[in-house]
Amino acid sequence: MSAPTVTDGATRASVPAAPRKPKRRVGRGLLWAFSALVAFWLVAPALVVIPLSFTDKQSLAFPPTGWSTRWYENFFSDPTWAASLWSSIQVGLLTTVVATVVGTAAALGLARLGPRGQTLARGALMAPIIVPVIVVAVGTYALFLRFRLLGTLPGFVAAHTVLALPFVIIPVSASLAGLDRRLQDAAAICGANRWAVLRQITLPLVAPGILSGALFAFVTSFDEVVISLFIQSPYLRTLPVQMYGSITRDTDPTIAAAATMILVITTSLVVVASAVALRRIKHAR
Amino acid sequence: MPADLQSGGASITLRGLTKHYGDAVAVAGIDLEARPGEFLTFLGPSGSGKTTTLNMIAGFIDVTAGELLIDGQAVHSLPPHKRDIGMVFQQYALFPHMTVAENVAYPLKQRKVEKGERGRLVTAALAAVGLDGYDARRPSELSGGQQQRVALARAIVYSPQVLLMDEPLGALDRKLRDTLQLEIKRIHAELGTTFVYVTHDQEEALALSDRIAVFNAGRIEQVGTAEELYDAPETVFCAQFLGESTLLQGTARPDGGATLVEGPGVRVHAGRGHHSAGAAAVVVRPERITLVPATDDAPAGNAVRGRVTEDVYLGNGRKLQIELPDGSAGTVRETAAARSACRSGDEVWLTFSADDAVVLPDDGASAPTAPVAAGAAA
Ligand SMILES: Nc1ncnc2c1ncn2[C@@H]1O[C@H](COP(=O)(O)OP(=O)(O)OP(=O)(O)O)[C@@H](O)[C@H]1O
Ligand SMILES: [Mg+2]
Repeated sequence: MSAPTVTDGATRASVPAAPRKPKRRVGRGLLWAFSALVAFWLVAPALVVIPLSFTDKQSLAFPPTGWSTRWYENFFSDPTWAASLWSSIQVGLLTTVVATVVGTAAALGLARLGPRGQTLARGALMAPIIVPVIVVAVGTYALFLRFRLLGTLPGFVAAHTVLALPFVIIPVSASLAGLDRRLQDAAAICGANRWAVLRQITLPLVAPGILSGALFAFVTSFDEVVISLFIQSPYLRTLPVQMYGSITRDTDPTIAAAATMILVITTSLVVVASAVALRRIKHAR
Repeated sequence: MPADLQSGGASITLRGLTKHYGDAVAVAGIDLEARPGEFLTFLGPSGSGKTTTLNMIAGFIDVTAGELLIDGQAVHSLPPHKRDIGMVFQQYALFPHMTVAENVAYPLKQRKVEKGERGRLVTAALAAVGLDGYDARRPSELSGGQQQRVALARAIVYSPQVLLMDEPLGALDRKLRDTLQLEIKRIHAELGTTFVYVTHDQEEALALSDRIAVFNAGRIEQVGTAEELYDAPETVFCAQFLGESTLLQGTARPDGGATLVEGPGVRVHAGRGHHSAGAAAVVVRPERITLVPATDDAPAGNAVRGRVTEDVYLGNGRKLQIELPDGSAGTVRETAAARSACRSGDEVWLTFSADDAVVLPDDGASAPTAPVAAGAAA
């Protein structure tokens, strides 16, 4: 955008540049204002929960008039809330492991397929992104009912893994596409068998993609509601499900505390992982 | 060069080696033998099948048909990591997440060489390529020439019997190429390994090789030493691809001990070559031709009329482009000592001895006006 303006100014050096400047400054100011507005629109709903979680009233009225940490105390002392957080973390971590392993393997396999096979297989693996979640949820419910997986940990992990897979396959495939194929040949001719090439060359070089996939897998699982609502049981209920149940029963601000914690956990994960990925990329260059 | 890096070179035998990609034929049945310890170069235009052949030797791609033996053993079913081959790639292919020392140690680790021995060999290999003291650097912190030296060290550190190089100097500038050429030649001489080297740069091929295999369209046109290829080309393609040449086309018939070739404005005797009937091309190298100012009477012996179109002074001599009777172009080189008075625009006689003329079958594939372009298009 700015390139034409720059050449413009450079080629017409004889024309005094001063009169153009204020105009440009106004334009830039408008751009900033607009960007700030969009940014606010995007994050405001999320940020509202932070002050709400520190309210001293038994209501979700915004803005809060007094402050306290009682809803956090309540969160950790109430067994249903604490248990649901623990369930979410368990399901999230297991989903991360399964989806990352399976998704990375799938991406490696996809890279070896011919163009037609790749389009087909990729389409199938990406389906969970495209098919409406509610449809997947109903189907999952029916299947889990039949196989007695409703409300079980393996059930949750299986269901979340399906949703998380595309988010692993996409970044790992992108990393693989950027990998020089000759490196694998070079390793092989140096005496490395297939497994050694995979472990010592391919995986370390696509690690940033795998890491970002793992992160997306965790986040996908951690805030999944629709399918979880269908397959929950009183014994196994993830945090978002517990929150949804809570808000339909009462307006207990504990939900705001829970939301704030989800926000903090996911955001810090993304920040840490991006920092690590950046470091790795810099290292590899 | 320390003795640890030396290896007995293995022979490589290709018999009817063929590679098809669907309907496309990349390599169309090659017969070739690299002798133990030899420096053999694959020379040929782009797309002629050099890389494909090399990759089959390395085991990166499957063989469609034919035999491939290393040291007399068929290796078709061996994966690359079991072939005991070293390879240097055009784009270096160093592992970016490892240091220089780790890169060079990589093949030794795969072979479970014990740590102390490993360190010693890595040091020796890096010293052999003139890179001592760079152990801790990452490949990204090295210049192209240095990266290729590391790649070379990585390929020789485990003393493979065979070293393959696919245009290893292709990504480097002229000057660096000359330096590294000398080093590669020296390393070859010291190691005793069989080298198979791919290039499309004929000067490089001439400078390095014991023998050169000239590739064209998936086949080998000729295999021989640089002298053999230059002095006794067996096909028009070879004559044109390697070095400069003047080509005279006509029909051949035996005449005494020599072959007489007659065509439009051409009537010459060729004393060499094995072709004495049918469509023929006579090849004469540029320094074998003497220019004589045009007179009405043809000089005795082989003489072809022409007109000088270009006259380039080269310091140590001159290079002249001549337009021949059939409109094609010939090339003549004169040393400073033997300069004629002919200049651009002059009518001349091209004279040469029958012993310097090689008669070859004219397959019609040649385009005498632009030798190198013809090579590339073929
Ligand atoms: N994977 C492939 N699929 C289809 N055709 C291929 C493939 N690899 C190579 N070819 C074809 O095989 C022929 C030989 O290719 P090759 O790479 O061996 O040539 P080359 O002599 O190494 O050329 P260059 O000097 O440009 O590297 C070419 O026509 C090429 O298009
Ligand atoms: Mg090639």
